[in-house]
Amino acid sequence: MANETHQIGKSVPRKEGREKVTGSARYVDDLRFPDTLYGATVRNSVPRGKILGIHFQAGIPWDEFTIVTAKDIPGKNCIALLIEDQPCLADQQVNHPEEAILLLAHPDKYLLEEARRAVRIEIEPLPAIFAMEDSLARKQLIWGEDNIFKSYQMEKGDVDSAWSSAAFIVEGQYETGAQEQLYIEPQGMIAQANATEGVTVWGSLQCPYYVHKALVRLFALPKEKIRVVQTETGGGFGGKEEYPSMIAGHAALLAWKSGKTVKIIYDRAEDMVATTKRHPSRTRHRTAVTREGKLLAMDIDFTIDGGAYETLSPVVLSRGTIHAAGPYECLNVRVRSRAVATNAPPHGAFRGFGAPQSVFALERHLDRVAATVGISPEELRRRNFIREGQTLAFGQVVREKVDMHQLLERALELSGYHEKKKRFPLENSRSPIKKGIGFASFLHGAGFTGSGEEYLASEALVRVSRDGKVRVLAGSTEMGQGTNTVFAQIAAEALALDCEQIEILQPDTAQVPNSGPTVASRTTMIVGKLVETAALAIQKSLMESGFLKAGYDAAQFAVACRQYLDKFGALESLVKYQHPKDLHWDDATYQGDAYGAYAWAVYVAEVSVDTRTAEVRVEDFVAVQEVGKVINPVLAAGQIEGGVAQGIGFALSENVVWQEGRMINGQMTNYIMPTSMDVPPIRVFFEEIPYGTGPAGAKGIGELPLDGTAPAIANAIANATGVDIREIPITPEKLSDILESVHV
Amino acid sequence: MRSYVPAYEMETPRDLSNALHLMAREPGDWKPFAGGTDLMVLLEAGKLPHRKFLNIWNLRELRGIAVTPEHVTIAALTTYSDVRRHELLAREFPLLSRAAAETGSIATQNRGTLGGNIANASPAADSPPALLVYDAELELVSTSGTRWLPYQGFWSGYKQIALRDDELIRAIRLPRRNNIWSHFYRKVGTRRAQAISKVCFAGAALLEAGRVAEVRIALGSVAPMVLRAIETEQILRGDKPTAAVVQRAQETLALEITPIDDMRSTARYRLRIAQNLLAEFCERIAA
Amino acid sequence: MSEVTRKIQVQCEINGRPATLDAYPMARLLDVIREQPGLTGTKEGCGEGECGACAIELNGALVNSCLVPAAQANGARIRTIEGIADHGCLHAVQQAFVTHGGAQCGICTPGMILAAVNLLARNPQPTETQIREGLSGNLCRCTGYTKIFESVIEACRANRNAA
Repeated sequence: MANETHQIGKSVPRKEGREKVTGSARYVDDLRFPDTLYGATVRNSVPRGKILGIHFQAGIPWDEFTIVTAKDIPGKNCIALLIEDQPCLADQQVNHPEEAILLLAHPDKYLLEEARRAVRIEIEPLPAIFAMEDSLARKQLIWGEDNIFKSYQMEKGDVDSAWSSAAFIVEGQYETGAQEQLYIEPQGMIAQANATEGVTVWGSLQCPYYVHKALVRLFALPKEKIRVVQTETGGGFGGKEEYPSMIAGHAALLAWKSGKTVKIIYDRAEDMVATTKRHPSRTRHRTAVTREGKLLAMDIDFTIDGGAYETLSPVVLSRGTIHAAGPYECLNVRVRSRAVATNAPPHGAFRGFGAPQSVFALERHLDRVAATVGISPEELRRRNFIREGQTLAFGQVVREKVDMHQLLERALELSGYHEKKKRFPLENSRSPIKKGIGFASFLHGAGFTGSGEEYLASEALVRVSRDGKVRVLAGSTEMGQGTNTVFAQIAAEALALDCEQIEILQPDTAQVPNSGPTVASRTTMIVGKLVETAALAIQKSLMESGFLKAGYDAAQFAVACRQYLDKFGALESLVKYQHPKDLHWDDATYQGDAYGAYAWAVYVAEVSVDTRTAEVRVEDFVAVQEVGKVINPVLAAGQIEGGVAQGIGFALSENVVWQEGRMINGQMTNYIMPTSMDVPPIRVFFEEIPYGTGPAGAKGIGELPLDGTAPAIANAIANATGVDIREIPITPEKLSDILESVHV
Repeated sequence: MRSYVPAYEMETPRDLSNALHLMAREPGDWKPFAGGTDLMVLLEAGKLPHRKFLNIWNLRELRGIAVTPEHVTIAALTTYSDVRRHELLAREFPLLSRAAAETGSIATQNRGTLGGNIANASPAADSPPALLVYDAELELVSTSGTRWLPYQGFWSGYKQIALRDDELIRAIRLPRRNNIWSHFYRKVGTRRAQAISKVCFAGAALLEAGRVAEVRIALGSVAPMVLRAIETEQILRGDKPTAAVVQRAQETLALEITPIDDMRSTARYRLRIAQNLLAEFCERIAA
Repeated sequence: MSEVTRKIQVQCEINGRPATLDAYPMARLLDVIREQPGLTGTKEGCGEGECGACAIELNGALVNSCLVPAAQANGARIRTIEGIADHGCLHAVQQAFVTHGGAQCGICTPGMILAAVNLLARNPQPTETQIREGLSGNLCRCTGYTKIFESVIEACRANRNAA
């Protein structure tokens, strides 16, 4: 195989870039249909209670409105996902603030808001649970028989045998808060629905087939009668993985009842308070180490708060559990984990999906372990990094090449770590501004866990037309991460064409196959591989037909396509996912090959802490990762930079303020994400050890940066100030209290 | 958009006199609307009960910055961008320039006005502490005539100011000091840009032979209104800002301000930081 | 129910063309612009004047159109993202955003480009610090801003070479 690639590894400009920079890209609220009604959702404010009545106050021309309640649902009143516990519209009981109770539609969007204000929901409150501890203690049973959505126990070796021989035992508890995805385009959907033609929705979403499945259940219609079209999507990050099924269901129900096109666009306030957030977490570590700092045993207890309904909590818990022990060799590991119910709006997918939570705890804990042993944080990692041939905590033998030592050295060198660690204490002694540097070392598995990819059975299709244009049909969505461009590059590389000849079809369930959801860092690695395979199959067919000769150019390709189609009618290749034969995962014991491939990384953060105000500033950030193959350098670096910025927010400022299960700071003014002045230079470096099963050797990278950023910053703050950080976000208020308590 | 927009009226008076007559006809019926950076946010959130607004944005009588040897007079519709661009203000009233630069974003600064900021009377506003330090006076006009009030004392409580329903703020006048003061401004916000202040400290002092001859200290976000820390100033006045003096001043400050817990920050944090900023100010002026 | 006020006719110029907007006086200029045919490029991200996605130029000044009532646009010169390219020829900033990764999901992009173009009009060769400050009123959740800075720097370089 030639090493020279002509598309792979090139920063091909974004396929839909021109539309985006001229304002001609069409997001859901830019679509106009004639005769459209606006839709709005009436929500409750009580965290838990029985619905006694719904009252429509005078002064509104109610007869002009379409009103939908649970009784209007043709199929099952649920948002079908893993299970069917979450209602589309609350019927007898509400289980979280901002739960949807009824829907209104009207042609006048201003009058619609007046009407929304004029609906009074009468609720008899029931006792509610807001804290994970209270849920575990079963102060109230609010979900199922024990408030637990899911639990796992993952074991390797014999943890309890190690304590007696340990030179040191280090314990710690670490917490992470909720985080709002804050895509700049709020959620929105347009729907048309009737019994004859079925249901069509257009909207901002990541997973057209998730929405499709949910609508099938909601309307009790056959699959062919439901159509889901993804519009240009202004950011998702997981926040548009499962939630769009809810808003699509709402728009479709209003369309069904009114017989008109209905558009629902959330304003920012509603989007913030009512939709999913990252699961809050609490992790307890108990670690046994030898005198030299070799890990003997890791006993980890991991709890996440799932909110009021199950949604995706079992899967978030799964990823968090598997990533809890990191890229280290330890013969005895036990992870006991659970996702619990509280009366808050359900928490959901957010880039990283459980791993940012457990990795924060681990990487912060290991710095403390190093301090206890009396060695540097980097030396502790060196003595424990996993190597090829060794076994990860869940029993997977590392069969890919990995060199964490080299990644660590490179990251430390690029960040000037050693020099700064020497210099900062001297400078700090003369200044109220304390500087520090810290790092995190981690891995992130790409694709669905274990047998997940097999279960998804994703497909992608490549088709050629008479003019030589190549079309890629996949259910994977573009939301800024570069799906369209990367797929075009992969197909173009396989076919020895230019990207301009490759067209990526807009994901429309009536046209494209189910490629699985656009999540889990799987789109390039798993679906991109299907695209590559399909494109190669097309090429093979053309060559075997005799119409295409080796060394062809674009014009010859076009001619060959025409000739082939004239003779055979059509040329397309549908490829279905094949699970690698050497990957085995046991769901029952939670052991085996969790992921086909891992990205490996070391991130280094330099911070300055102004002790007068306890404000933390990230001054420099180095991100080094091994990712298999960088398909598009600009896009790949963009993913890391954007993820690091989200990680900075996660670590320092993105604080959800809760009051009885409700977010009270649901405004962009009060929920603080980084501006251009809040990010440091973010320096990104890639290494490439090609992954045999990835397209052109690529592994997944989308979620990786969310795992290592916050712990690197926390470790840097600890280095700068000498104080212990146990929770994020580390707001100035919290840090100020900690600094004060140390000085007193 | 949470408000019922069709119920809101906006009239555009042709000049200041016309505007004042409309406001006098039924005091409180028509409220002035300048750049809209506060009022439109309330409208969006469904929190603007008042429905009738006078668009004063084009009133030429309310624009301009006039300089005389004794004063700089800033007309009420001066935007933060206008303040930032003005060289003399940057030289002689740097706290005001700093405050303007730290308000919102460039887009907000192009529309937000000093008059609007004063009339909105938020205790978290960024410019009022600077205006207090500079002994600002306000020119208020109505059909009854003109009156001047010192900005100090303009507030009587949370969002309660001595502006009558039929009055418009016409200008803010700052006396020019002909001796050299040290200036210090620090806004501690929720992030480095586009931030609501958690604590805002503005201070200026004149030192003679190492002693504080004159001092002004004003804070935002630590009380129901922006305030001059008069008692704290008293502690510093006449003394060298030694560690002991600074400590006494910090203790006095704790009694003068009443910070609260809210969704942005805590009372404890605000108090601590206000005291730290006071110490930083004293360090700065002593140097 | 509240009494409804009369709509007004707002005479203005949008991207160099005269326009008459039929609107309630306190309707947001953002909404009124977006209702015009072919002018959906200006986006709503927050409705609070915090994210900058709705940024336009109003009489040459960068403003958040979600905070401007329609009545105040009377007699105004408005420029939106649709008016940045010159008869289909991309502005240097737009071109740089395409090649240098300044746009990912694209929803913040129109406002971000307005802010960048406005910055360069006032300061043709800004430092990176000035670029950071100039764009600090535009929130981006995808890029972490790094490639936005690089795109603006590239646009400055292209302008220098063209001059």
